[in-house]
Amino acid sequence: MSHYSYIVFIPLFPLFSFLILGLFGRKYIKIYSGTIGVVSLLISALLSVYTAYQYFFIFGKANGVFQHIIAVKYVWLQFSPGVSIDMGILLDPISVMMIVIVSFISLMVHIFSLGYMRGEERFATYYAFLSLFTFSMLGLVLSSNIFQIYMFWELVGISSFLLIGYFFESPSAVAASKKAFIVTRFADLGFLIGILILAFYSRTLDFGSLIEKFTSVQSPEFIQITSATFLGVSMLTWGLVLVFIGGAGKSAMFPLHIWLPDAMEGPTPVSALIHAATMVVAGVFLVARLFPVFSIDLTALQIVAWVGSFSALFAAVIACTQTDIKRVLAFSTISQIGFMMFSLGVSKYGGENGLGFTGSMFHLFTHAFFKSLLFLGAGAVIHFAHSNEIKDLGGLRKLMPVTHICFLIACLAISGIPPFSGFFSKEDILLAAFHSNKLIYGIALLTSALTAFYMFRLYYSIFWNKKISIHETPHGEATVSMKLPLIILSACTVLAGFAPISSWVTSDGAPLKSHLDISFSALPVLMGATGIFLATYLYKTQNSRPQTIASVLGSLYRGTYKKFYIDEVYLFITKKIIFNGIGRPAAWIDKNIVDGFMNLLANTTAKISALIKGIQSGKVQNYTLYFFGGIVGLALLFIYVFK
Amino acid sequence: MNMGIDFLILMKQEWAVIAILFILLFIKVGSKDRTNENILNLVNVLLLLNLIGGFFGYKDGMLFNEMFKTNHLIVMEKNILSLGTYIIALQSSSWLKNNKHVLEFYLLLLSTLLGMFFMISAGNLLMFFLGLELSSIPLAALSNFDLEKRKSSEAAFKFIISSAFSSGLLLLGISLIYGTTGSLNFSAISEHLHGGPLQIFAFILLISGFAFKISAVPFHLWTADVYEGSPVTVTSYFSVISKGSVLFVFLTVLYTVFKPYGVTWNNILFVLSVLTMIIGNLFAIRQNNLKRFLAFSSVAQIGFILIGITGATQAGSASVVYFVLIYSFSNLGAFGVISLVSALTGKENIEDYKAFYKTNPMLSWVLAVSLFSLAGIPPTAGFFGKFFLLMAGAGHGNYILVTIAALNMVVSLYYYLNIVKAIFMDSNENPIKKLMIPASPKLALIICSTGIVLTGVIGYVYDYIYSMSIGF
Repeated sequence: MSHYSYIVFIPLFPLFSFLILGLFGRKYIKIYSGTIGVVSLLISALLSVYTAYQYFFIFGKANGVFQHIIAVKYVWLQFSPGVSIDMGILLDPISVMMIVIVSFISLMVHIFSLGYMRGEERFATYYAFLSLFTFSMLGLVLSSNIFQIYMFWELVGISSFLLIGYFFESPSAVAASKKAFIVTRFADLGFLIGILILAFYSRTLDFGSLIEKFTSVQSPEFIQITSATFLGVSMLTWGLVLVFIGGAGKSAMFPLHIWLPDAMEGPTPVSALIHAATMVVAGVFLVARLFPVFSIDLTALQIVAWVGSFSALFAAVIACTQTDIKRVLAFSTISQIGFMMFSLGVSKYGGENGLGFTGSMFHLFTHAFFKSLLFLGAGAVIHFAHSNEIKDLGGLRKLMPVTHICFLIACLAISGIPPFSGFFSKEDILLAAFHSNKLIYGIALLTSALTAFYMFRLYYSIFWNKKISIHETPHGEATVSMKLPLIILSACTVLAGFAPISSWVTSDGAPLKSHLDISFSALPVLMGATGIFLATYLYKTQNSRPQTIASVLGSLYRGTYKKFYIDEVYLFITKKIIFNGIGRPAAWIDKNIVDGFMNLLANTTAKISALIKGIQSGKVQNYTLYFFGGIVGLALLFIYVFK
Repeated sequence: MNMGIDFLILMKQEWAVIAILFILLFIKVGSKDRTNENILNLVNVLLLLNLIGGFFGYKDGMLFNEMFKTNHLIVMEKNILSLGTYIIALQSSSWLKNNKHVLEFYLLLLSTLLGMFFMISAGNLLMFFLGLELSSIPLAALSNFDLEKRKSSEAAFKFIISSAFSSGLLLLGISLIYGTTGSLNFSAISEHLHGGPLQIFAFILLISGFAFKISAVPFHLWTADVYEGSPVTVTSYFSVISKGSVLFVFLTVLYTVFKPYGVTWNNILFVLSVLTMIIGNLFAIRQNNLKRFLAFSSVAQIGFILIGITGATQAGSASVVYFVLIYSFSNLGAFGVISLVSALTGKENIEDYKAFYKTNPMLSWVLAVSLFSLAGIPPTAGFFGKFFLLMAGAGHGNYILVTIAALNMVVSLYYYLNIVKAIFMDSNENPIKKLMIPASPKLALIICSTGIVLTGVIGYVYDYIYSMSIGF
């Protein structure tokens, strides 16, 4: 076992970096804090890649199937009926894939922040928080038991809270961090109860033995948990659904998504790391981790599928109406995570039927690259133009050539245009949905078209649309430390699709033969292209650039009447139907019902609290009266009622 | 067996406290030229010795016809109380520095501690009652210790009246139990429990006596007024040491003497626990005075502890003892900061603490960590404590109770974070000025924060407590 022990250092390096920066950063080594963060992450990332190489090519396989390997195990708390809490490291295809993603994206963000956050007063604190987050996230994905994952889950939540509220002078950032923390804590409550239920019935906290016990139909634990019911639903379903609620909170699934758009108040690189590539997929990871158990319980799996597909569509529709570029990206993230979720939901366990699982993990992999690229690109734009409102932006493609090309690559990838990575992963998801549930497949297709539309709307609004004279710009595009991650991530976005994920990451560990069906791919690509075309037509040509429009798209301008007519249709469709008919109600539901419910909880608590304050009158004779009343009440209750 | 030696060893902790009491008395009647500083240092050293001595010479046994019993668990419970008392003594030095009644303060404090020790070791209802009274009457005097403040006298008055009322009903319960079982010895009582209505009524009276002391709803109403009026140090003593000791006895009595009534008291605790958590939380939300706030939040904490008791297993009793230890660290950490600020500036309201971080970063962190621990946020010890309590409750199948508890944890998170927010994020034109922390309160705060961090993370602590806990 000892030859795996180096894996411990993957999470430990960021932890060291956090401790050093947290303790000494502000006073002593402020100028080196960025370097310390980057170097420790670099070591972590290299170790992760080495681990992945070792796992996938050297020791991971036995009899053609990837094994679950407990690399490190340390008994931490030994307590009552034979249950112990361990700290361990579990290696299997998904955790290996995740450590590569997390450490790599985190490294990119660390480098990018060198330029983006330069000159901030609390520079060292920023890097300390970033390292803390990376440590927690790596710990989360490597966890070998439920308790450990819960601990890291909470730590991830806290570091996210700290990073969202990093600009704590701004009241909206403080409010956003509070909202994120409270909403996810609320969801974590479900997670905690779910864990308690699963652990109670399986009498173990270990993932391996828990999955083993609940997947063998004859085991006494399985019979016990399926025969015990609460409100007519088996305890297994309760446990899984509650765990899923925890996951949905972190992954911002409807209706627990309300925190994510607000979380964009944090620094943009943080959004790239936490709210695009890593933390928000923790929910997907959690379901994938327990997937063998989920695949047995069809009710829970159905819930996963429908919550996922609804969130995908819902968020995509809202993304079309947003004007803040980071919010568009936030809703896009919700939508893409919805894809991953429903893909798990439509999957089955093992063999060809496990395509959904593979597709989901594949999409998680590619999405991490192109979404962090989009966010970092947006970061570069905001850094350059000092605004994140679409109306203030436009025409930046000549001023920011590198960012422009990188952003375009990412947009093409997310829209599912071949040969960019998003195409391959989305393909697997759509195929899985097609074979399992036609309605979800339809939703997914529609969402793909919408995705392409809003992404290109964003792209054109930032880089085309308006003309800006070059002389107005005070400074260059960005520092090298900001451009470098963009370029590296673009390369990954192009290449990630060719990674043989399907032969590595599958539901049962056995390689899955990947196949590309051209006739099947045609429709999704066509939908994506339609979205892009629509966006091109509407946003690239909209105003103030008549000469270019005339030369490039001259034929479309032949009749002003016709243009006017289509514009009206567009206006009618977007403003009247999509915006008023769907977007507004969706936003209304979001604001009044979902948010309102949370407010209602808070207000009710406060009201009841005000109502009963009279009891605390300050008069001792009243106190003794209540005391006596308590005794009489208890006596009546337990002598007569419960007798 | 040599009766004389047993007599010394089994009661060693009581002897130690009595010795300290006599030393202080001799100083009182003897020379008059001692400065307060010397006395405070002496007391701190003596209490430290008392604490260290508690860890040696464990022995199980009984004395005086089962009136007094002791075992490993009881010795450890007393050690927890000694530790808490030591921390409080360290914290109170900045407040007592210029008080001319400093010796009386410690005489009263140690008398209550002695009472608690006897109460924990009681093997007989009469002994238990004597210990309880010995611990409460000096407490009333202590809460009146801010002699010039009217609120302090009011607190003492309210406490003594409610306490007398509660004691009266408790005595009624004890006498009814004596009447129906024919004995006051714990071991004899459990053999004669038959479940008749009169006996159950007596049992409820007994429980109400306990519930009064640990301020479970609806027997809690004295808490807020007394906590607010008393000096901060006394309030922290009330909320940690006094409650902790009663909880220990409550646990032993329910798990051993009233074991045949398992189902009944489980249901009673269910009701009390739900009421306590909810009412405690609802009141805590609206408080502006930090002492009053901590009073209600500690009421809510008691609700959680009751869940652990309903576990009715070895894990249940271990989780309660473990939580009391963590709770002592967390609550004394929070009270330590508040008492320091109160002693040096007289400010006790939440608004006063706005932007506290700007001027006093160290104190802010200690307060924040303590509040996090009270709220049960990992990786502080409070999280582990609550986790084990809920595990114990869930182990007994009380899912509804555990769900209500988890919901209440979310509510409590809100008000704890509210204070953290005031400290770190709010701005204030007139913040509390930078405070110089004297050595002994600093030591106390270091002990508390170290405890908060380490008690949870080091698994051995829980294992050790578990290994000596009583089963059911």
